[in-house]
Amino acid sequence: MRRRALMASLAALAAAPGRVARAQEAPIPIGLVAVLSGPNAAYGTAIRAGVELALGQVNAGAARLRLIVEDSGGSKDGAINAARKLIGRDRVAAIIGPTLSNEMFAMGPVTNARGIPTIGTSTTAGGITDIGPFIFRTALPEADVIPVTMKKAASRGVKRVALMYANDDAFSKSGFEVMRTAAAGTGFTILTVESFGSRDTDFSAQLTKIKGLAPDAVGISALVEPVAGVLLQARQLGFGRETLFIGGNGSNSPKLGQIAGTAADGLIVGSPWFIGKQDPLNLAFVAAFRARFGRNPDQFAAQAYDTLGILAAAIARAGNADPARIRNALLKTDRVGVMGPFRFTERRDPASTEGVVVLEMQGGAFRIAG
Amino acid sequence: MLAQQLVNGLLLGATYALFALGFTLTFGVLRVINLTYGFYFTAGAFIAWYLTRGGTGLALALPAAAIGSGIIAVILDALLLTRLRRARADELASLMVTLGAVLALYAAMTALLGPDIRRLPQSVLGSGALVLGPVRVTQAQLLILGAVTVLAGGLVWLVRFSRLGLGIRAVAENPDAAGLMGIDAARIAVLVSFLSGALAGAGGVLIGLAFNAIQPYMGEQMMLRGFVVVILGGLGDIFGAMLAGLLLGVVEVLTAAYLASGFKEAVAFALLVLVLWTRPAGLFGRPPPRRA
Repeated sequence: MRRRALMASLAALAAAPGRVARAQEAPIPIGLVAVLSGPNAAYGTAIRAGVELALGQVNAGAARLRLIVEDSGGSKDGAINAARKLIGRDRVAAIIGPTLSNEMFAMGPVTNARGIPTIGTSTTAGGITDIGPFIFRTALPEADVIPVTMKKAASRGVKRVALMYANDDAFSKSGFEVMRTAAAGTGFTILTVESFGSRDTDFSAQLTKIKGLAPDAVGISALVEPVAGVLLQARQLGFGRETLFIGGNGSNSPKLGQIAGTAADGLIVGSPWFIGKQDPLNLAFVAAFRARFGRNPDQFAAQAYDTLGILAAAIARAGNADPARIRNALLKTDRVGVMGPFRFTERRDPASTEGVVVLEMQGGAFRIAG
Repeated sequence: MLAQQLVNGLLLGATYALFALGFTLTFGVLRVINLTYGFYFTAGAFIAWYLTRGGTGLALALPAAAIGSGIIAVILDALLLTRLRRARADELASLMVTLGAVLALYAAMTALLGPDIRRLPQSVLGSGALVLGPVRVTQAQLLILGAVTVLAGGLVWLVRFSRLGLGIRAVAENPDAAGLMGIDAARIAVLVSFLSGALAGAGGVLIGLAFNAIQPYMGEQMMLRGFVVVILGGLGDIFGAMLAGLLLGVVEVLTAAYLASGFKEAVAFALLVLVLWTRPAGLFGRPPPRRA
């Protein structure tokens, strides 16, 4: 249905006199800014794959959208330059990206000033959409995901928690603030807060102290490598299954199982998407992704896939390539994607946490938590 | 809980001491601050990782990693420092050359192998732990404790009581005079490089075992602590490095346990400043120069 509406409106839009053949209609240019080189390239590569897969489906039959991809290299300058190129040279109607929250804080003000709708698919930091009225995001911020995880912990009888976080990393620290608020909001007693460095390998002092307090659960906000280190050492110090480990967004990576193995078993983490979700949309997405790229999609590919669908539908509703009309159409989004039902809030953030799944490590891999 | 925290501190300190042994040896004898030392540590861990993945047992992989990184140390020392020694360059020159070299080596290794953390296969070491009342010690930790004792003891014996050690001490005291007495200073330099590389390599394997975090920059992360330990112990002082390593470990753990975990490093490095203030020659206060 939606696809047909899109075709119809785009066809109407381009149906200028004298042009008969559809193939000659000029597709609307849209830009993608992603980290495609450097240490964070894995995220950008996944995002590009998700966008390209969705684009292929939108453009099936006739080219409606033309995608121009720019590499930001993971830097603020790179993201700003990419956006300027896309707006000045390619006259894009909207931009998907950039990949990192840091990049968005630099690039967002530029695209917002030019009135180009900009949609972050992976920018989870606080304050992203405060940049301006043209900045959107489809990534659920941690503040939305972690309370769902805490609720799951509460349903397992957790009452007293200890929190740990990496104190030298902005992402881990803001995740910790969210975790502390969510834990208090869920009614947990916070017994202690322990910090460590992202590159530490020894956590024995903090863990021994926590073990002495015998909490029901330990919440950890850090990137995946130190989380794996904490779990491995916790098992060495004799933490068993009676203690529930709760991870933040950093723990939501298959790498956790690869590094920590079965030491990570039992850890729960909230995720906006999970490959094993059994609804037909998701099954079709996973199958199409595997067929095209020969590997499994991750959360970033799924978010990007949905985002292009959301943008294509908004462009179709807008009726032409006017960025201001596309912005207004985006605000009226009401769509079900692979991440679940999706709408934007007034503030251009995702409105619903219905799609959040709580995952549990088992045998070194994630499955949906029981 | 205090008992477990003390054990935690001693074990952490043992890893620092293990790392610092070879570092203090090269300084004491060769009079160079060799920052490529951290790379030997990484190299040892990676050699053991490759071997154990191929099915080799730890009993073979550990000595192989030690010998392998010893050979790497000899080659790097010859490439980087022979010219400097010949020109009698000062310590700052060796510091700068090895700093550049070690950063290049880490970056090249990361480019080739990726920044991912690797673990030794779990089968190489039992996951069992020794439980004594409230205290738990894992097999990997016991192995480190044993290895530090054996390696430090062996090193002290070699330097203080063997004929070779006499040569090493002679070169440390005065390379020219040693040469006049018929001691081949170049050969001693090669030997000391090999020994320190091998000690670093063995340390890399053992610490990789205990913390399950093998990655190209693991040597760099230990280097800062290694420096503190070597300076606290008195540059070139093997016993001093052992004691300083243990002390640093215990101080870090007790700070995290009873003060606040965020202050762990602040206290450890404040300790360094305090010691250098009051005892510039290191904690154990013997005169600093030319010792092994």
